[in-house]
Amino acid sequence: MTTIKEPLRPDDYLNAGYGVKSWLLTLDHKRIAILYLISITFFFFVGGFFAVLLRIELMTPAGDIVTAETYNKLFTMHGIAMIFFFLIPSIPAVLGNFLVPMMIGARDLAFPRLNLFSWYLYNVGGLFTLYTMTTGGIDTGWTFYAPYSSSYTLSDPVPVVVGIFVLGFSSILTGLNFLVTIHKMRAPGLTWFRLPLFIWASYATSVIQVLGTPVVAIALVLLGFERLTGVGIFDPKIDGDPILFQHLFWFYSHPAVYIMILPSMGVVSEVVSCYARKKIFGYNAMAFAILGIAVLGFLVWGHHMFISGQSVYAGLVFSALSFLVAIPSAIKVFNWTATLYKGQIEFRTPILYAFGFIGLFTIGGLTGLFLASLATDVHLTDTYFVVAHFHYIMVGGAVMGYLAGIHFWWPKITGRMYNEAWAKFSALILFVGFNLTFFPQFILGYMGMPRRYYVYPEEFQVLNVMSTAGASILGLGYLIPMIYLTWSLRKPKTAGNNPWKATGLEWTTVSPPLTHNFDSVPTVTTEPYLYDDTDDASGSAGSAGSAGLAGLAGLDSSARAALPPHPKEVKRGRS
Amino acid sequence: MVDLNSGHNPDHNPDHNPELAHQFEDMDQQKEAAALGMWTFLITEVLFFGGLFTAYIVFRTQFSEAFAKASHHLDIVLGGINTFILLGSSLTMALAVHAAQEGRKEKTIRFLGVTGILGAAFLVIKGFEYAHKFEHNLFPGASFGYDGFEPDHAQLFFILYFALTGVHAAHMIVGLLLLVVIAWMTARGRFSATYHSPVENFGLYWHFVDIVWIFLYPLLYLIDVTGRTQ
Amino acid sequence: MWNFPLLPEAASTVATEIDAIWWVLVAVSIFFGAIIVVGLVYSAVRYRRGSKASRAGAMNDNLLLELSWSIIPLTIAMAIYVWSSKVFIDMHVAPPGAMEVYVVAKQWMWKIQHPEGNKEINELHVPVGKPVKLIMTSQDVIHSFSIPAFRIKQDVLPARYTTQWFEATKPGEYHLFCAEYCGTSHSGMVGRVVVMEEADYQNWLAGRRGADMMAGSGEKLFAEFGCQTCHRQDSGQRGPALDGLFGSIVTLSGGDKVAADADYLRESILNPGAKVVKGYQLLMPTYRNQLTPEQVNELVEYVKQLGGIKIGENKR
Repeated sequence: MTTIKEPLRPDDYLNAGYGVKSWLLTLDHKRIAILYLISITFFFFVGGFFAVLLRIELMTPAGDIVTAETYNKLFTMHGIAMIFFFLIPSIPAVLGNFLVPMMIGARDLAFPRLNLFSWYLYNVGGLFTLYTMTTGGIDTGWTFYAPYSSSYTLSDPVPVVVGIFVLGFSSILTGLNFLVTIHKMRAPGLTWFRLPLFIWASYATSVIQVLGTPVVAIALVLLGFERLTGVGIFDPKIDGDPILFQHLFWFYSHPAVYIMILPSMGVVSEVVSCYARKKIFGYNAMAFAILGIAVLGFLVWGHHMFISGQSVYAGLVFSALSFLVAIPSAIKVFNWTATLYKGQIEFRTPILYAFGFIGLFTIGGLTGLFLASLATDVHLTDTYFVVAHFHYIMVGGAVMGYLAGIHFWWPKITGRMYNEAWAKFSALILFVGFNLTFFPQFILGYMGMPRRYYVYPEEFQVLNVMSTAGASILGLGYLIPMIYLTWSLRKPKTAGNNPWKATGLEWTTVSPPLTHNFDSVPTVTTEPYLYDDTDDASGSAGSAGSAGLAGLAGLDSSARAALPPHPKEVKRGRS
Repeated sequence: MVDLNSGHNPDHNPDHNPELAHQFEDMDQQKEAAALGMWTFLITEVLFFGGLFTAYIVFRTQFSEAFAKASHHLDIVLGGINTFILLGSSLTMALAVHAAQEGRKEKTIRFLGVTGILGAAFLVIKGFEYAHKFEHNLFPGASFGYDGFEPDHAQLFFILYFALTGVHAAHMIVGLLLLVVIAWMTARGRFSATYHSPVENFGLYWHFVDIVWIFLYPLLYLIDVTGRTQ
Repeated sequence: MWNFPLLPEAASTVATEIDAIWWVLVAVSIFFGAIIVVGLVYSAVRYRRGSKASRAGAMNDNLLLELSWSIIPLTIAMAIYVWSSKVFIDMHVAPPGAMEVYVVAKQWMWKIQHPEGNKEINELHVPVGKPVKLIMTSQDVIHSFSIPAFRIKQDVLPARYTTQWFEATKPGEYHLFCAEYCGTSHSGMVGRVVVMEEADYQNWLAGRRGADMMAGSGEKLFAEFGCQTCHRQDSGQRGPALDGLFGSIVTLSGGDKVAADADYLRESILNPGAKVVKGYQLLMPTYRNQLTPEQVNELVEYVKQLGGIKIGENKR
């Protein structure tokens, strides 16, 4: 794809310094993104390792590889590593960190020191958790339900609770940084409705991080207090209320699911539009759907508690609100499909992942209806149906979106191109492996197999074996990108500034970008996703190459003429 | 979609304003960003305390009598003195910010100093109150000994008392540390009439912590003033 | 290994209702899933780069389309919501006259008490075709009493009663699971539910050996703990009389009115100060540390029988 020869810039951000210090003390959002990439990849494989052990144990109905206690610790630490240390920071902290300033034409985030501090907080939290993982682990489940976690478990959850508390502040500060940056540092002319959808998604995600995380933080403080003193407000022995813990926990942890999925939706919007060479269908609806999901996300936590002893009336309200989440989700899925319709679809790796995302998210979303619906939830909750459902959202959705984004922006981040054949192959492997792993679990759940079961009745074995077989494929699928992406770093930086001929400010600068991102601050005069370059050339295959030139620097005069200059163009966005 | 010929030039010119961080275009933008950042942080703080207040409301409505009677064991006078101390420190903090806006270094430091002393005084008094609770076995846990009405529910009250005031005191300690940093930066001449956002934003934080106490004092100490026997 | 069913047994009245909602949801999911998949595949193939298909009339916006794919799913979702909620409410309101069985959960076993005095561990025997209400509490952490074949599940909480009910439709044996993670042997906290024909059930009930009825045991406890010193018509009115109390409406000292149900009785034994009856002083100490959950159940069952309902009749 390197049809355009740009001069290599020796002063890109990767060359800004080579020592350990130049990385560990960097204030450059792009380098911090790389630091996060390394940290979260580490935890992804830690969590993945636990998952593999779980699936091996579940191959037979009896307990044979590990003990019951170890099994319980494995699923607890799988959840903690994957949710808190991988999924929640994945897209925001890596791609968001790298892209938010670039996409809005800023030189950095508003608070670079705070950004670096967030990464250190992440690692401090990670060290607490690793300490526990290497010294025996905990068996409370990632949900830490009281009073088991506070009074009964023989393991000590306090270090992990401290770790997640610290990590929470990393997440809050990242969200805060993004909010301020998006509000105050948009390039001249970049009004709210000219923002790429990835920015909208990052914005909504940041709001959730800022508003939700402190609540789980205080819940964990109270839990730690209870553990240390022996009494607490969740302790039924003194008429404390264990259900209150669940309320406080899910007030964050439900919206947390949207911290994982919204950024992926943003990535998929960028990718679909780019490879279909078509403006995203219904941009405004897409932006409002993101906000709608974020707002509704705060109002539905009680659907985790339909059978918890919460009142029937609360159940009725939470169920209705949960059904409403289906509407913005449906809009998004339909609009992506409509974007593809009559596009010029080029099958590159990122869009394969995006296809995977749309399909798997659709299944994850539709099975969410089964759980929003009260009567069916009674049967399905706490079974493998729930496990399958949230893995379709979090792995099929969030991780597929993350990989789409990594592959889409890899040439921008590193200046290198990965091996396309291997990348496509691994996308396919992951799709097959994922479905084989998790689809049988829907049936297992409907059959009634409870989650978090170390031994199980033998009629569930066949489906469990299928799931384990799928997991082995899935595990392999995750190793392949590690290899070819790392391998690509050996190549020269010849990917080109804009190999996909994408719109978006991040593609107007060199690859890898300069430390200050832009040689001169860009002024934006048009709406996003103006991929109209091939509209007139119905069916002309060769048009992509030449159209890219215009798209590259955004000098496509016809596109610019599409909108009159905006009055705010003279100044940076300050809303 | 992009005009590369826009007039801005990030390759900083030699007479670049040293008060302006590289990622910002101008002082206004930098100031607005800092203020928005602090306000956003305070929203996070509201939610943080909000979780505790939610728990408080849940148990206070359930066990109102036990809460009322347990509150008799808090010292209204010390709490009241602390309330005035904090209100006073908010005043001196506001004066420090005002002095900073005028670029008056010594005055800023002086008012910050008074604020710091008041903050420390608050913590000292709080420390005496805590010590008194420990002595009388009112700290929740194995040693909790309460012979009044519904000891279990009183214990819930004291858990919430220590959680709310403890988290508040932690904010005070952080505030004092930040205050030292801000005062040191002021002394080093880092601020001027044109650049003093850190002082202003620290002021916001300080006022927030004060306001939290304004909620804590009546909700914990003044539940049942008329019912007190002593 | 090749015991490989793909559908769970449906053995309660509510199971068929829930399955109906399930299959409608499956149909809705397949319908919308198919639209998306067909749309994706069709676009991907027909409009692949280089294909000759006409792109004339490509759209970037269409309000009518967007409204229709918002409003149609919304309508369907709300219809399912109403239907499912109705079933859910029914699942929470036991029919009058349902027979009652007490469940006490602890790490890691289920202890069942029948009012007739039969006690079981990890087994629940019930007659077919009769509504059964479970009154459940936990001795330690949160558990969840789940019978997949009946499609029912309810968390079991410490220091509180929760209830659920079912009516079995098919004799047989079914899984009983703990569905809320409760510690090391969570997956060992399983058992079986045995649904029997009425006659077999009566035989099974009669087969108990020398045990008192629950209410009888409760009566003994009532005497043993000296409850009658305060709680009798002739005992000086220090505590409210209990005859005919169960199921009535009680006015509290604050003026609130509450129904005297099992949870009220349990709370009054363990936490007497929570709801003091109007006209009485709080004199009663808590029995929290002196009674096991089973004993509390027996006392509740005894109080239930006082006044009107005679021991043994128990609404069966």
